[in-house]
Amino acid sequence: MSTDTTTEPAQVPAGPGDQSRRSGLPSWAVQGLVSLSAILLALLVGAVLIIIGDDQVKAALGYFGAAPMDTFSAAFSAVGNAYKALAVGALGGVTPITESLTAATPLICGGLAVSLAFRTGLFNIGAQGQLIVGAILAAWVGFAWHLPPGIHLIAAILAGLVGGAIWGGVVGLLKARTGAHEVIVTIMLNYVAIYLLQWLLTTTTFKRPGREDPISPIVDANAQYPQFGSTRLHVGFFLALAAAAFVWWLLNRSTIGFELRAVGANADASRTAGMSVGRAYFIAMLVAGALAGLAGSQQVLGTDLPLTDGVAASVGFDSITVALLGRGTPLGTVLAGLLFGALNAGGLQMQLQTQTPLTLTTVLQAVIVLFVAAPALVRSVFRFLPKERGVGAVLAKGWNG
Amino acid sequence: MHLELSGLTKSFGSLVANDQIDLVISPGEIHCLLGENGAGKSTLMNMLYGLLQPDSGEIVIDGEKVAITSPSDAIKHRIGMVHQHFMLVPVFTVAENIMLGRENTHPGGVLDRKKANALVTELSERYGFEVNPEAMVEDIPVGVQQRVEIIKALTNDARVLILDEPTAVLTPAEIDELIAVMRQLKENGTSIVFITHKLKEVKAIADKITVIRRGKVVGQAEPSASEEELAELMVGRAVDLVVDKEPAQPGEPVLRIEGLTVIDERGFTAVDGVDLEVRAGEILAVAGVQGNGQTELAEALLGLTPIAAGRISLDGKDLTGVTTRQRLDAGIGYIPEDRGHDGFVGSFSVAENLVLDLFRREPFGKGLRLRTDEIEKNANERIEEFDIRTQGADLPVSSLSGGNQQKVVLARELSRPVKLLVASQPTRGVDVGSIEFLHTRIVKERDQGTAVLIVSTELDEIAALSDRVAVMYRGKVVGVVPSDTPRDELGLMMAGVPRTEAHEVAIENPTTLGTI
Repeated sequence: MSTDTTTEPAQVPAGPGDQSRRSGLPSWAVQGLVSLSAILLALLVGAVLIIIGDDQVKAALGYFGAAPMDTFSAAFSAVGNAYKALAVGALGGVTPITESLTAATPLICGGLAVSLAFRTGLFNIGAQGQLIVGAILAAWVGFAWHLPPGIHLIAAILAGLVGGAIWGGVVGLLKARTGAHEVIVTIMLNYVAIYLLQWLLTTTTFKRPGREDPISPIVDANAQYPQFGSTRLHVGFFLALAAAAFVWWLLNRSTIGFELRAVGANADASRTAGMSVGRAYFIAMLVAGALAGLAGSQQVLGTDLPLTDGVAASVGFDSITVALLGRGTPLGTVLAGLLFGALNAGGLQMQLQTQTPLTLTTVLQAVIVLFVAAPALVRSVFRFLPKERGVGAVLAKGWNG
Repeated sequence: MHLELSGLTKSFGSLVANDQIDLVISPGEIHCLLGENGAGKSTLMNMLYGLLQPDSGEIVIDGEKVAITSPSDAIKHRIGMVHQHFMLVPVFTVAENIMLGRENTHPGGVLDRKKANALVTELSERYGFEVNPEAMVEDIPVGVQQRVEIIKALTNDARVLILDEPTAVLTPAEIDELIAVMRQLKENGTSIVFITHKLKEVKAIADKITVIRRGKVVGQAEPSASEEELAELMVGRAVDLVVDKEPAQPGEPVLRIEGLTVIDERGFTAVDGVDLEVRAGEILAVAGVQGNGQTELAEALLGLTPIAAGRISLDGKDLTGVTTRQRLDAGIGYIPEDRGHDGFVGSFSVAENLVLDLFRREPFGKGLRLRTDEIEKNANERIEEFDIRTQGADLPVSSLSGGNQQKVVLARELSRPVKLLVASQPTRGVDVGSIEFLHTRIVKERDQGTAVLIVSTELDEIAALSDRVAVMYRGKVVGVVPSDTPRDELGLMMAGVPRTEAHEVAIENPTTLGTI
C-alpha cells in the first residue's frame, strides 16, 4: 500500500513558476516531511502552552531576578514531564497501546470517509452525522434484534453501514441533482442527526426501561465486537484496516475509483470524457457515508455498548483533521488516525499525572492540522522543505469543491 | 526613448527561461519578438514590465541603468503593456476604466468624469481611435476594447508599448485597424514591442524582427524574409508550412445538424438555427472570430451544452438528447477547445489520460477491475505512435508541453473507432513542430474515411486543413464556401457580410494581411 504518483489535484499546466522549488523527492516523501515538520512545530507550540499554564513556572517567575535559572528548569521539567506522561500513556505498555488503537479505530474509518470524498472533490463535513445515524441503526439492530452469534454482529454492522450510507447518499444525490453545496448540506444534516438521536433516546423504542436519562439498552453480547483479552481493543480495529485497504483498492485499482479521482481532479474534463459527474458524487458520498457508519458501529458495538447522546463524541469532526493530516490517502489516513488515537489515549494519562489538561492534546491536533493546511507556513520555518503540489495543496486551498 | 536589454537571464529552478538575452529597441520602431509558445517571450517582457525580476543582466533606458521592480516602476519609466487578456472592468465605461487608479475628484470626493471623458476624446482623436468615452466596455467590440487598453497605456505617457499577442482575438479587419493604430503610434515616436508567433503579421508590420527559441535570441531577421525562413529560425529546423493533402473524396453524409439552436447560460442565443452536413472523408472547417457560437456548436454536438431546438444525427442515428458517453460510444471523437480545462486531467499520468474515456472498456476495465498493466501497455504504444515527448508514461500530463498534451488528447480520441472527429482549435498554443504533426494526423484520419469537423479561428489553419469552410457570425452560418476562397473574403464573412457582397468588397478593399 503506497501512495502512487496520481494523487495530485487538478492543476493547470505547470508554468515555469511552479518549478521554482521542486526537488527530486517523490511527492509522498515531500508530504511526509511536511507532516512530520508540522507535528514537530505543534509540539513546540504545545510546550509554550504547558510552560504558560504551569504553576511552578509561574512561582519561579515571581523571583526571576533573583534566580533566573529556576524559571528555566521549572519550564523544562514541566514540558518534559507532560510529554513523557503523554508518550507513556500512549505507548508505554500493553494497556496504553491497546487504548491508543481503540481510540484510533473510529478515527481511521471516519477519516477514510472524509478522504474518499476529498479525492472526489467533495468536502465531507458530515462524517459526524453519518456516524451518528450509523450508530443509531447499529445499536437498534444490536439491542432490539436477537440473532445467533456472528450473524447478529454482521447484521448490526451492516445496519451501521446502511445508516451512514443513507445519510451520506442524500448529500451526493442533492449535489448531483440540484447542485446544492455539500458543505452546507452536510453541516445541516449533522444537526439533524444530533437532534434525531436526542429525540430517539426519549422514545420507548430506544429508551432503556427503568432509566430516565437518555440511554438505550446495552446491545446483545452477540452483536458486540469481540474484544482482545481484558483490553478494550476490539475486532473493529482490523475492520478499519481492512476498510483502508478497500478504499485504496477502490481508488487506485477499480474503474469506479478512476472515475472518482478524475472527477475530483477535473470535473470538466471528466464530463467531456463522458463520465457522469453527478453519479461520481453520489457514489463517493454513499461509500463515504458507509465508512462513517462503520465508525459509528465501532463506537456503539465496540466501546460504548449502550447508545447515548454522546456516542459520536467529536469523532466525526476529528475525522476531518485526520483526513487533512493523512492527505486524502488511505495509508496517510491510517497513520494520522493512529497518531490522533495515541494523542487521545496519552492525553488522559498526561492529565492524571501532570495536571496538564487533556485539552492540550486537542490543541496539538488542531495546530498540527493548521500547519499541514498551511504548508507555506511550515516551509517558512523549515526552509529546506521542497514545495509540494499534492493533495495538501488542494486541502489548503479551500472549501469550494 | 532608447531601450536596451543586455544579458537578461531568468531561470525557474533548472529551467532557464531566458538566457543572456540582448535586445535593443530604438525610438519609433516596431520591434517584433517572434517565438513559439514557451520560447520565453513573455518571461522577457514580464521582466521589462517589472512583473518578474531578472537573475542577472541589466535594463538601460537612454543610457541610464534602471531597476524595474514593479509595474508601477515600469510605468514611471514610461513603459506600457497591453496584456493578451485585457485588464478592464466590463461594467465600467471606457473613461471610468481609464481613470481607474488615478481618479481626479472634485472637492468632497466626487469623481470628475468630465475630465476623464475629455482625456479619452483627446487621445482618441489624436490617434484616430474612434472610441466613445461613455460606452460601457462590455458593449464594445474586442478590437475597441484593445484600443482602450492602448489608451490606458498612453495616458501614462508610455514611450515603449508592449503588445502581447494582440491579434489573437481580432478579425482580419480589426487586425488591419490595429496595424494602422500601431503605425500612428510609431509616427508619434512611440516604440512598440510586438509579441507574436504569427508569421504573416510579422512580415506586415515589423521594422525589426528578433527570434527567440528556448530562451535564447537565435537571430535577427528582416521583414522581407520569407515565411519559411522565419519559421525555420523559430523552430530550429525546416518546417513544412503546407500540409500535403490530396483532394477529398467525400462519401455519404455522416454528421447532420438541422436547425440547431443553443441558448447560453446568460440567455443569449449562441447558436442560431444552424444546418450543417459533414461527409465521410472530408474536413469541414467552421471559421469565425472567437465567440460567435463555434464553441457552443461543438459542445452541443457532444451533449455538453443543452440545446434549445434542432436535431443532430450521426450516420442516420438520432443523437439529440442522448448523453455525452453515448455520443462518444456512437463514434464521435472530440478534441475540446480548452484542453487544460476539458481535455485532460492535469494531475493524472499520461497513461491515465490516454484512457480517460476508454477505461471502462476491455481490456482496460474488466468489470470493476482496472487493468493497470493494460493501461501502461496502451500508453507505451500511443507514445510511440504519436511521438509524444515525455519522460515517462507515469508522469503527470501537466508536465508536458502544449503540443505534447494535445497529442495525448488526439491519440486518445483516435485510439477507438471514430466516424466523426470534432476538433476545436486543435493547434492553439501548440508549437510549430507539433502543429505539423497534428495536421498531418488529422488529414490521415480524413483519408481513412472519417468525417472531420474543425473549429478554428486561425485562417492559416483553415486554409491548410479544410475541404469546405462554414463561416459563423453571431451564431449563424453566413455561408459555406470552398477552401480556396480568398482570405479577405473569408475575413469579411467572419464580420457578417454575406458571401456575394464579401466577394466584391474584398476585391475592392484588399487588407494588408490578405495581400501577402
